Amino acid sequence: MIRVEDLNLGYGERPVLTGLNFQVNPGEFVGILGPNGSGKSTLIHALSGLLPARSGKIIIKDRHLDALSSRLRAQILAVVPQSSEVRFPFPCLEIVLMGRYPHRKRLGSLTDEDLLWALKSMRRTTTVHLQDRPVTEVSGGEGQRVVIARALAQDPQILLLDEATSSLDVRKKLEIFEILKILNETQGLTVLCAMHDLNLAALYCRRLMFIKDGGIFRDGPTEEVFTPDILAQVYGTPMEVIQHPGHHRPYAVMLPLTPGELEENLSEVAQA
Amino acid sequence: MKNPSISTGIAGSLDLAAARKQRQAGTRRFTAALLALGMGLALSVGLATGIGRMDIGWHTAAAVILGKLGLSTPIADRTTEVVIWGIRLSRVVLSGLVGASLAAAGVVFQGLLLNPLADPFTIGVSTGAAFGVALLVMLGVGGSFLGLSPLPLGALAGALAAMVAVLVLSRESGGRIRKESLILAGIVVSTFLSALISLIKSLDEESLSAIVFWIMGSFSGRGWIHVGFLLPYAALGLGLAFSCHRELDILALGEEQSHHLGVAVSRVRLLLLLGASLLTAGAVSVSGVIGFVGLVVPHLVRVLAGPSHGRLLVLSAFTGALILIWADVVARVLLPGGQELPVGVVTALLGGPFFFYLLKSRRTRGMW
Repeated sequence: MIRVEDLNLGYGERPVLTGLNFQVNPGEFVGILGPNGSGKSTLIHALSGLLPARSGKIIIKDRHLDALSSRLRAQILAVVPQSSEVRFPFPCLEIVLMGRYPHRKRLGSLTDEDLLWALKSMRRTTTVHLQDRPVTEVSGGEGQRVVIARALAQDPQILLLDEATSSLDVRKKLEIFEILKILNETQGLTVLCAMHDLNLAALYCRRLMFIKDGGIFRDGPTEEVFTPDILAQVYGTPMEVIQHPGHHRPYAVMLPLTPGELEENLSEVAQA
Repeated sequence: MKNPSISTGIAGSLDLAAARKQRQAGTRRFTAALLALGMGLALSVGLATGIGRMDIGWHTAAAVILGKLGLSTPIADRTTEVVIWGIRLSRVVLSGLVGASLAAAGVVFQGLLLNPLADPFTIGVSTGAAFGVALLVMLGVGGSFLGLSPLPLGALAGALAAMVAVLVLSRESGGRIRKESLILAGIVVSTFLSALISLIKSLDEESLSAIVFWIMGSFSGRGWIHVGFLLPYAALGLGLAFSCHRELDILALGEEQSHHLGVAVSRVRLLLLLGASLLTAGAVSVSGVIGFVGLVVPHLVRVLAGPSHGRLLVLSAFTGALILIWADVVARVLLPGGQELPVGVVTALLGGPFFFYLLKSRRTRGMW
């Protein structure tokens, strides 16, 4: 579904990620984890065609990403950003209908199929009741669900999320990931999400990709790579990983920094 | 997932029916507004043509127009015909076209720059166009080639150059454009260009009257030939803007999300800027700088018709035409003794306070 070969990414002179090689198969649910500034968003930007690669290849469904037209790319790939601010009071239904843009003819009018897709997407994200409300007047969690509905209205095969739930409270996060899980399991939607919340990732993602120091540090099934060792190395802080007795998924517990570790940190800061 | 058999349970079909009904109601409201505006416009053209210094009854005015259109036998004498057809009607039609162009340009600039204060005048594009015209007049390039004047081309070049200058000046390090800095850059560019226009005027006494004539913001002495100059620009500009109206809606989500939704952002943005600049340049090259029409009209229409840009463009063009026709009537008849005000003065008197209200208004901030 997605194949990345020798990919180098960066902004201006500054390289961010180098020598990336990986493959994502249809129907996978992948979490991209890493410390602040490690390049999670950069990777999502590159996969969505927003950031051109400095070198290397991104291949989506056997086609080069930059050889795809904007419309065709948007038919395959939808993106949910961290937050979205809309400046005009469009009703939420109109916002979701914008997701049909890549499927509509240039000057063709809206078809019943477009409307059905929009409503179906809104049902899946429990936003049908918001359809007539101006998008400028809904809450953060509702707004983010509307954006996900819009992404689903694109009828994509791949969904990229860039910290899409970071600003939401626990319950809203869970609601959104439950929706993603259902879509992933029933529709075979391929999901890649860059995220901060370790335990949310461990709960829903079946594969985790840890990014550190400009490259992929570890990449594998959640059970194999979500270990105290790897977490400690990625985030530079001691962690404990425990199997939850109820749902049998691992979860991480952070431990306070010891005085020694803190001093080490401080001296590093002083040197820099 | 491709070509799905979309499940439509009973709940699904109810939703669809409700949503469809809702949207049809919107379309009906739009059609009604369009009809009302169209009739108002036709009526206004007739009424405005009947008003003027020479007392000609509306009955006679109507007879002349119908006669000219070949719908009835001509009855009036030569003088009346010239006044009605050659002077007044051409002027009314021109002011309507200029109003439509400026209002549509305002819709595009506001939508594209996501800025409620943007219009051809406030972001300096109008002054850029005026500078282009002044430069050509000074260089002695005038006349017409095959019925097309080079002045609109000069105006277009000036408009585009001013647009680029404003965008470069207001762009911050991250590539973001803040709305206040955009307006400030517009003021900087337009002040600078105004000074250059004054310089040209004082350097070149000969072209002074010609430049003043162009720049003042007036329809005085304009005729059918100017309608001919403007028409291709207005048509092309409106066509470009309207063909991208759906993208204009999506661009309200910002550059990144528009990209994600499959909009070829750079290309669409270029087309829209070109369209709006064509509209502005055409308008300025025939009537000089007329401010605030492009600012006020889109706001008024947006409050009544909602944010969707397709409807907004059409309704704003009609409303702009209507407003500028009547502003010009006021400019013609307000002063006693047969003197004329520049129509730019009338629009500024009406538009200035509105601009202030926009700057202050909480409600508008909420809307954006």
